[in-house]
Amino acid sequence: MSKTETLVRALVDKHGKSRNSLMPVLQGVVKEERYLSEEAMLEVARELDISAADVFGTASFYTFLDTVPRGSYVIRVCKTIACHMAGKDVVIDALSDMLKIKVGETTVDGKFTLLTANCLGWCHKGPVMLVNDEVFPQITAQKAVEIVEEYARKK
Amino acid sequence: MEHKTIKKVDIIFAKDTCNPRELLSKTLQRNPDDIILDIIDSGLKGRGGAGFPTGLKWKFTRNEVSEDKYVICNADEGEPGTFKDREILDQVPEKVFVGMAVCGYVIGAREGYIYLRGEYNFLLRSLNAKLETFNALMKELKFDFHISIRSGSGAYICGEESALFESMEGKRGEPRNKPPYPTRAGYNHKPTAINNVETLVYTTMITRLGPTEFKALGTQDSRGSKVFSVSGDTPIAGIYELELGMPLADFVDSFGDGDTKAVQVGGASGHCVPRKQFRDTIIGFEGIPTGGSMMIFNSSRSMYNVLHDYLEFFTEESCGQCTPCRVGCQQLLKGIEAVKRGERKPDYLEELKKLADTMKVAAKCGLGQSVANPFNSIVNNFREEIIY
Ligand SMILES: Cc1cc2nc3c(=O)[nH]c(=O)nc-3n(C[C@H](O)[C@H](O)[C@H](O)COP(=O)(O)O)c2cc1C
Ligand code: SF4
Ligand code: FES
Repeated sequence: MSKTETLVRALVDKHGKSRNSLMPVLQGVVKEERYLSEEAMLEVARELDISAADVFGTASFYTFLDTVPRGSYVIRVCKTIACHMAGKDVVIDALSDMLKIKVGETTVDGKFTLLTANCLGWCHKGPVMLVNDEVFPQITAQKAVEIVEEYARKK
Repeated sequence: MEHKTIKKVDIIFAKDTCNPRELLSKTLQRNPDDIILDIIDSGLKGRGGAGFPTGLKWKFTRNEVSEDKYVICNADEGEPGTFKDREILDQVPEKVFVGMAVCGYVIGAREGYIYLRGEYNFLLRSLNAKLETFNALMKELKFDFHISIRSGSGAYICGEESALFESMEGKRGEPRNKPPYPTRAGYNHKPTAINNVETLVYTTMITRLGPTEFKALGTQDSRGSKVFSVSGDTPIAGIYELELGMPLADFVDSFGDGDTKAVQVGGASGHCVPRKQFRDTIIGFEGIPTGGSMMIFNSSRSMYNVLHDYLEFFTEESCGQCTPCRVGCQQLLKGIEAVKRGERKPDYLEELKKLADTMKVAAKCGLGQSVANPFNSIVNNFREEIIY
């Protein structure tokens, strides 16, 4: 059994074999593999006994259920109004310079993906970014770069 | 009209006011209908935006006959400018759990879910740990009720209740036609009481103290207090619990930076109030209702940029299911860009306003229906800024 198959089966065991488990199962795959590969979606469809088109249909609706490969660390900088006013542009530019990628791209080593997001719920402490599930409010360009450097040092 | 001035309140975040064991063992002895009467009497209306009377919602769900019913806590909090539910779940989660349990007891549900937006996944670990303790307490009290958490995956529309159910059922977050309403057919098409995080905390407080203290706050139409998320051009951005029914002018005096040009009340889908209307605008259900977002703009801000940001937001977050909203959002955005570039005459804005008004009646859900709020209020009050 491939790594993905094992993962999907474990997730289906945990959450139950029903359509209602689809979101938690897909979220579990993304947590481990950073995105939903074709293999993963087909396996989920088989395990939950629903059509692959249904799985893809659901997955493609949600911003966080990526169906294209993402880096180990997905950076999402809030681009909505309060963070816009608080200077999200300089944060994005600094990260883009540092990682040598544009918004939407992934570094060649597969470590980082740089994305923007809509309001993250920290408008009083903007600009703010998420790195995977971790949140960093009240950042500056320099702080953002330092935080990402910290992640770069991890495996 | 009753006029209130600004009054800070400390109900939601007050610590040591909720002993779940004591409160629940007492409440589980009471007649559910009496609890409903208390909630109705308190005048509590939903704090998630729509403002439906909470007691009635519970009553309708209780009256449905069904083996399975559900309690759902809506913690999707995606409205730009709103961040209070995160703080409530972080600071006083037990008060939310108790509200859900009381609701479960009243309507006759055995399962409760918290739908937590994916952006708040960092709260999962501590929430799940506290839920384990809470669920164990339910067992100990011999109350057959269990709460678990479901995560969102980055879709604003899933805060809309029927889209939220679809999402929990493993589908695309596309709102359903109403009726039937959730009280009859919600999650799994079973009777469901869905409440905002903050609403549930107020039900806990009303359960503990009775309706009198809550009723004493606010106005005839807007009972009680409300948690406000204050951001933008203010030296004291943050989360504040305030009595409902205050004039916006008093709010601006307390929170503005002395140069406030406009306040967006109720987030991107709310209304933009210009300076000249501060005195006459009441914050509450009789004036401008709000899910709690108060975003302040000073005179250095371009209202074109503000509107442009909102329209981009709606264009991205529209589920795309119905044409008025899917196409309407795009056309409004393209429209103001064309006016700004001079490709369209200024009176094209009148056409766009008509489009927004059409969306208000033709769109399927609250997202598309409310785009006219920011659009018309900003275009009407800051027309020059949109054109030049
Ligand atoms: C586009 C849209 C987004 C919404 N987002 C939320 C939300 O994030 N949180 C929330 O409590 N209610 C939200 N609502 C309102 C819910 O549909 C529902 O009315 C609410 O959860 C009911 O709880 P309440 O009566 O306690 O306010 C949204 C509505 C719409 C139309
Ligand atoms: S109004 Fe917009 S968000 Fe609502 S159902 Fe229609 S397309 Fe979807
Ligand atoms: S606008 Fe950025 S967190 Fe709300």
